[in-house]
Amino acid sequence: MKKRPTVGEILQAKGVSRRGFLKYCATTASILALPPSMIPRIAEAIENTRRPSVIWLSFQECTGCTESLTRSASPTVEGLIFDAISLDYHHTLQAAAGDQAEAARHAAMEENEGGYLVLVDGSIPLGNPGFSTIAGMSNVEMLKETVAGAAAVVAIGSCAAFGGIPGADPNPTGAVSVMDLVTDKPVINVPGCPPIPMVMTAVLTHFLTFGTIPDLDKHGRPMTFFGTTIHDRCYRRPFYEQGKFAETFDDEGAKAGWCLYKLGCKGPTTYNACATTKWNSGTSFPIEAGHPCLGCSEPNFWDGGGFYEPLSTGRFDSGTKLAGAAAAGVALGVAAAAAGRSKQAKFTKEG
Amino acid sequence: MDLLAFAKGPALQVAAYIFVAGSIWRIVGIVLLKEKVDHSEPRKSGGLMAALKVIYTRSFTASPFKRATLYPKMLAYVQHLGLFAVIFLFVPHIMFFEGFLGFSWPGLPNNIIYLLGVAAVAASIALLVRRLTSPVLKLISNFDDYFSWFVTVLPLVTGLMIPVRMGFRYEDILAVHILSVVLLMLWFPFGKLGHAFLVFVTRGTTGMVFERRGAKT
Repeated sequence: MKKRPTVGEILQAKGVSRRGFLKYCATTASILALPPSMIPRIAEAIENTRRPSVIWLSFQECTGCTESLTRSASPTVEGLIFDAISLDYHHTLQAAAGDQAEAARHAAMEENEGGYLVLVDGSIPLGNPGFSTIAGMSNVEMLKETVAGAAAVVAIGSCAAFGGIPGADPNPTGAVSVMDLVTDKPVINVPGCPPIPMVMTAVLTHFLTFGTIPDLDKHGRPMTFFGTTIHDRCYRRPFYEQGKFAETFDDEGAKAGWCLYKLGCKGPTTYNACATTKWNSGTSFPIEAGHPCLGCSEPNFWDGGGFYEPLSTGRFDSGTKLAGAAAAGVALGVAAAAAGRSKQAKFTKEG
Repeated sequence: MDLLAFAKGPALQVAAYIFVAGSIWRIVGIVLLKEKVDHSEPRKSGGLMAALKVIYTRSFTASPFKRATLYPKMLAYVQHLGLFAVIFLFVPHIMFFEGFLGFSWPGLPNNIIYLLGVAAVAASIALLVRRLTSPVLKLISNFDDYFSWFVTVLPLVTGLMIPVRMGFRYEDILAVHILSVVLLMLWFPFGKLGHAFLVFVTRGTTGMVFERRGAKT
């Protein structure tokens, strides 16, 4: 087997300066909330690591996650991530097609048995294998076959992490998430619709640096990025506390940048790094653009109520049942009063 | 279904049915009771104005008792006004009511609500301490008094925990808060908390009866 070059050798060959490389390491340490003392360790790990093989499987998805990754506005980071890993299989990005593509997947699995990473975007249909097949294989077969020799699995996007849109009610394809099927390997969920590019690359860098998976929350998401809510880090939070809310998308409150809670913002219940890492090279995030957070990195966010329904709205049935309860109350009251009157009459008689 | 979805959905729904049916049952059951026949000659008409007068005057202590009842009365006002503000003037709560009433009203800034909420909790604790230390109050208190206190204070405490979090996740503490409200709604019509509906009815009735008998109100 041909020996893979180290990342350091590749970067040298590509003419990446030492300064540029350390800048990347410092950025990554900052994103991962690591102390500056960790920068040399990251640099050492990346420089001396042989590029780990990565197999990217796309199932029931829209390619938005890949679009997000490839449209990363930090080209240096994007370039490094493609150089830092050996992306051996990816439907959208690979040049090979058909049998050649599948052969590349099998070769990567054999050559890197026990050490490769599997990245998955899209949910997996269990209803009928015909709903989504690749090279004649059902998604679930391909996932199980590929994951068998993997070191870890990263579920990219809300579909892979939680079922996403395909898994939304009534879930016609019987879509499930990666963690529903993979129970014997570490699974890192990087949800979002799509996930933030920097978060995807930083999770991979963490694995490259430490060889371990980062601390995860109860939904399998890295705590570094999913440890606080959008609401907690939102620059509009002071308006929430002051009771200043936009009532519509074009009123004075909206123009003044007031809190979007009344317009259905799911920031208080959504854990993600949008408010700090932001999008498009730190330009902005949805709330900054004037739209409430949809809560796209939370499980079952499609079935979590209306996007424009405020969080504090209760979920009641139609008023008919409530009217029925009121009618039952009247009936009970009349019955109780009748019983009371009967007792009153009895006492009056006795008195 | 996660805890928050359960709290906001089925739990709140069932609680609403029981709250509505139970409250109407109590009010209708009392209103439809046979009025006691008064054979005496009425001194005055004993109409609506008499009822309204007593509803107002009984909000304040009569002069001879002012000094003795100042402390508990003050605490009760802080507790009740605090509860009113927290329930009806906190913007997310107003939006909850708007969800099924179809209209809203202006709220207060959150920080003021937090302050009033803390004051209401402090007053509630002071009232409980008084109940537990006063021999007379202790003697006439039963399970209903203590449980009603508990289900009233619990939503206040869990609600105040939401902004400070105290190590809990937002959605978890919000779910616990909603479930504490569910508990309050389930108990409300059946215990002494029912006074919220009946206090003005009983005061008004007293006013009408007293006026009819010529008593000073």
